[in-house]
Amino acid sequence: MHIYANPARFLRIAKWLTPILLVSGLVITGAALLWGFTQVPPDRLMGDTVRILFVHVPAAWLGMGGWTAIAIASLVELVWRHPLAAIAARATAVPGAAFAAICLATGSIWGRPTWGTWWVWDGRLTSMLVLLFLYFGYIALSASLAREGQSSRIAAIFGLVGAINVPIINRSVVWWNSLHQPPSITMGQSSIDPVFLWPLFAAVAGFSLLFGGVVLARMRMILADIQAEARLRRRAQKAEMQAEGAVS
Amino acid sequence: MTETLDQMTFVYASYGVGVVGTLALVAQSWFAMKSAEARRDRAKGE
Repeated sequence: MHIYANPARFLRIAKWLTPILLVSGLVITGAALLWGFTQVPPDRLMGDTVRILFVHVPAAWLGMGGWTAIAIASLVELVWRHPLAAIAARATAVPGAAFAAICLATGSIWGRPTWGTWWVWDGRLTSMLVLLFLYFGYIALSASLAREGQSSRIAAIFGLVGAINVPIINRSVVWWNSLHQPPSITMGQSSIDPVFLWPLFAAVAGFSLLFGGVVLARMRMILADIQAEARLRRRAQKAEMQAEGAVS
Repeated sequence: MTETLDQMTFVYASYGVGVVGTLALVAQSWFAMKSAEARRDRAKGE
């Protein structure tokens, strides 16, 4: 892992990997959504609304996966002080929040024709909304710490503590009564018909590649900002010293 | 009163939210990265 701790080495890899992830993600996601939209038959119970699955499930997976990645990066930062871990966690927050918001919006749109309501305050929907608010809190906190030039350890602790919500979201449909269906895919088995399952796998793969590309792009952006600021600060210090030398 | 819902309207809306949201995220991240790297290179060159 420490092989990639050097930002220069990371940038060399990220430079070619970012466009590859983004382009392959766009192609696979586009193909999967087209597959789900045009080739999949209507479901016996849900009718045509089953097609929402191909947007909603990858968004839910990435919304929860994003916070899991933040928690892992936070742990790596706190325990091993990996120089890129805090940057990776910060870079994951915005795409994680975006996919949590897409999950909530598409879930609400799916709920109206299926359940007859846009929203219910049950365990699954409420815990997912809490995750979105946790993302907002994390984004505000980490941006504020970076602006003030303070250590990101507080954000890392927040990232670790907030991870308690991820298993709650996952188990919410088992622990509490919910309009939301119970888990359809568990370890090694699935209750989803293969005609829906394969385009779903393709959509999850495509959106995950896009997520990876976006995280790399945002890590490059944060690193470039840090480098530009360091250069400008060094130049300002040099100019100040020269001015002091001229006065004395 | 019964309500008739066209299911495909909800499918279009979901795909719209998912596709527009994802493309906006990808475009914003890409252009923000390019702009930050250009700013860094300018700071190096000055």
